[in-house]
Amino acid sequence: MNAFWVRLLVVLTVILGINYIAWRWLESLNWEAWWIAVPLVAAETYSLIDVALFGLTVWRVKRRTAPEPPVGATVDVFITTYNEPVEMVLETAEAAKRITYPHNTWILDDGSRPELQEAAEKIGVGYITRGPEWANRPRHAKAGNLNNALMSTSGEFLLILDTDQVPDPRILDRTLGYFNNRRVSLVQTPQYFVNVPDDDPLGSQAPLFYGPIQQGKDGWNAAFFCGSNAILRREALMQLGLAGYVKEVERAVTAALKSAGAAVRRARKSPEASNPLVTRLLDDVEKAVTAARAEKAAGAPLAEVTYRVRRSVDNAVQQMVAADMSAMEADLAEIAAMDFGSEPGVAVPDNLDQAVEQLSDRAWSPLGALESVQAVLDAISVDRDDEAQPVMPLATISVTEDMATSMRMHAMGWQSVYHHEILAHGLAPEDLKTMLTQRLRWAQGTIQVLLRENPLLKKGMSLVQRLMYFATMWSYLSGFAAVVYFAAPIIYLTLGILPVNSISFDFFIRFLPFMIVNQLLFAVVGRGVSTWRGQQYSLALFPTWIKACTTAARNVWFGRPLGFAVTPKARQDGGPSWSLIRPQLIVMVLLVLAAVVGIVRLATGLNEPLGTFVNVFWVVFDLIVLSVLIKAVKYEGYVIEERKADAVHD
Amino acid sequence: MQFTIEDRGTYTEVVANGRLNMVSAPTLRSTVDEAVGAGSRHIVVNLASTDFMDSSGLGALIGCLKVARQAGGDLRIACAQKQVQMVLELTNMNRVLAPYATVEEAFARD
Repeated sequence: MNAFWVRLLVVLTVILGINYIAWRWLESLNWEAWWIAVPLVAAETYSLIDVALFGLTVWRVKRRTAPEPPVGATVDVFITTYNEPVEMVLETAEAAKRITYPHNTWILDDGSRPELQEAAEKIGVGYITRGPEWANRPRHAKAGNLNNALMSTSGEFLLILDTDQVPDPRILDRTLGYFNNRRVSLVQTPQYFVNVPDDDPLGSQAPLFYGPIQQGKDGWNAAFFCGSNAILRREALMQLGLAGYVKEVERAVTAALKSAGAAVRRARKSPEASNPLVTRLLDDVEKAVTAARAEKAAGAPLAEVTYRVRRSVDNAVQQMVAADMSAMEADLAEIAAMDFGSEPGVAVPDNLDQAVEQLSDRAWSPLGALESVQAVLDAISVDRDDEAQPVMPLATISVTEDMATSMRMHAMGWQSVYHHEILAHGLAPEDLKTMLTQRLRWAQGTIQVLLRENPLLKKGMSLVQRLMYFATMWSYLSGFAAVVYFAAPIIYLTLGILPVNSISFDFFIRFLPFMIVNQLLFAVVGRGVSTWRGQQYSLALFPTWIKACTTAARNVWFGRPLGFAVTPKARQDGGPSWSLIRPQLIVMVLLVLAAVVGIVRLATGLNEPLGTFVNVFWVVFDLIVLSVLIKAVKYEGYVIEERKADAVHD
Repeated sequence: MQFTIEDRGTYTEVVANGRLNMVSAPTLRSTVDEAVGAGSRHIVVNLASTDFMDSSGLGALIGCLKVARQAGGDLRIACAQKQVQMVLELTNMNRVLAPYATVEEAFARD
């Protein structure tokens, strides 16, 4: 592929695209039908931005040759598993053992299965599962699984493999050399699936992504981490974890000190506060918090600030308990002095100090009655008690921890590499339901990252790095545009309402050159690989994309659960499930009906010929796009045919 | 890397000799875990002869701090050498955990 021709096509696409979209906004809008005119032009603008970002991505496609690996590097190979069949895990583990570069292999079993532990011991690979500290705390799925393993292993580099990705023995020899550059923190290799027929009905292979897109991002030092088949530098991950820890502690302590005042004021109004001892205790708490605020402002280390708060509060509590106890002691002595003779004696506690200490303990403390105060005091802490581990190297802000992690590494100044050579053979979902679950999860994760850490606002990255992350997120918004693209021809054909003033020479002269150059760009960039499946699915899965956006937004803004499901690796049987694509089937029926109605209206003179022609053409295009789903629903899984060539087309 | 534990009465001193890095980090963790489990809640990690620390080493220190705090005690660090100081500054960790000049000073004011 000639970089010159690609760049020429990118420039032409953008110029012709702007020429078309500017005319659409300024001259062509049918304001009487604004309710469809504006959404349509907005959808077209969305697509133009998408294409422009694609053009920027492929502007600097980088092709690399693997440097010699270093001698003596230490590597841990992590195989992450949750509920996959034991045989599948073992097959991958055996393959991992055969990797030629010296390394340690570990199975990271989030399912804590004794039979897997036994099998791992038998074949001589390490086995790691979550410790008791994870009980009743967020588990953070795969990111948590990896973070847990990072704490008990020590390799300089980590190869991360999903259970269903069988590594090639050369995978480390081919990739470790890039780490001779001490700023490189990540080498990602393609994800390639062996159980996919040539026509790829479920769109499993992503030849455009694991090809020109990742190579293009690599050209801008923005190749992404994609969760599996990647090698990471431990030092970079740990730095991320530490930076995150400091930030999180700072945030939590600041917030807790801020809200402590209000909590104490509220407690003063509670019935418990009528007790003068409680009032005194609250005074002491307030004093401690005020002192802590001043110390923090003066720059004292937070470990000390928080420790002193806890110390002063503990002392105050002990004094209060001691006061209670000595009063009790006095009472008991009095009772004893009355001497009832035959009554069993009332004993004074032998070891008063120990009793005071015990009764002052956090669980028994009188502060426990003032729950809100106790909660705020607990939050003035550096131990991140809400998490199993204070240091979380892999990002936990999203269900797709990979993208968020590499974005943070880039923001810290680390470099990444995309190595374009298939070094692991994976398994793709073999049924539509599993595939839809997987796509939904990827999209949800991506949108979570966009909403939690918008790359455009992320400090530390170059402008183009930001745009590279944004481009991928942007492409997941296509569901909304797709709905408009389906609605526009239906509305014209059935109601005769055009979103443009007229379909005329002006329209064609602007639209056609843009469309043709745009398709030419895709053809040249994707030379030899099929990009059509990807184009089809980006429109056809519109309900999935929209659901991903709405659920991720609800999750980030309102804390609602995502309804997250681990992608099942085995085929779920039971024949074609048409219900999975009900919205798309409805759209297809509507498109066909609209075409029929449109032709009838043309015959009766209600619609114009050119408008009808363009919109029927559009209906046919939409139906071809959506037809991929029919094939997908009927797909019955992979039957071994001739194995495909092992190398990525180049 | 080698860790020695000394009981100093009001606190327990953990001396870290050599390189506190990704290789020795898990050992530091288990050393402190054991000490806290055995009832030493106040721990000073003496870094005088720690000539190198990486972020895994620092991560282990934070993990140990959490263990000590949850047992109702505290973990402090002392005698950090130049490279260790730099790592603390580079990661911003000095905002949270700052080293004391000597081991004795660490719990002197409590």
